[in-house]
Amino acid sequence: MSTSDIRTVVVEREIAHPPEKLWRALTRPHLIAEWLMANDFLPDVGHRFQLRGEWGGVLDCEVLEVEPGETLSYTWNHASADAAFNLESVVTFTLTPVGKGTLLRMEQTGFRPEQKQAFGGARMGWQQFFGKLEQLLERLD
Amino acid sequence: MPDRQNILFKTLADPTRRALFERLCRDGEQTVVALTALAGVSQPAVSKHLAVLKAAGLVVDRPEGRLTHYSARRSALAPLVDWTSRMAGFWESRFDKLENLLARMDQ
Repeated sequence: MSTSDIRTVVVEREIAHPPEKLWRALTRPHLIAEWLMANDFLPDVGHRFQLRGEWGGVLDCEVLEVEPGETLSYTWNHASADAAFNLESVVTFTLTPVGKGTLLRMEQTGFRPEQKQAFGGARMGWQQFFGKLEQLLERLD
Repeated sequence: MPDRQNILFKTLADPTRRALFERLCRDGEQTVVALTALAGVSQPAVSKHLAVLKAAGLVVDRPEGRLTHYSARRSALAPLVDWTSRMAGFWESRFDKLENLLARMDQ
């Protein structure tokens, strides 16, 4: 697998709440369920848990790193009979105090070799179309 | 390229079909009559395009009396949209929920 198969998504947001409070929302199962998905999370390295989406999808996760109030990392894997939907990734939340609030950074790194195979040929000619499609999706929700 | 993606590409390559699909995504469920009013083509042509969109899984229909209502199935686009864009959108919406939760939590 080459590095070009690896894709990273970074989403950052300044949140008007202190890191300790944000940490609770990121690590307590009943709170995680309120903003992310139903889960059996525990903040212990090596703990395996599942995130269950409203759409019926299940993500298999394992806690990789727990630095209270600072860093939380877990795997975010989705096995699917349809190769195009297979996903193996790692999600890392980083909390940095900013004034009275917190800069929350989410980085998700994953790879889907099948996607590259599936889209490699199509991408070039369809770039414009993808652009439109993305604009459309951005306007929704 | 897998068949399903081929079908999606072919289906949305047509500008009229794409416009119909975009409209259903944007404005929600619509009847053929309502869609025809803005499509700039005849009602039979709109019906034909809708049938193609339906065959591709991009729209679903719901008959009600003499009328048929069409709505978009956005999830059908999943194989086409770049993973990073999709995940970024996912996290942005989850962060909205997270902020909402934090506002409701005690210190």
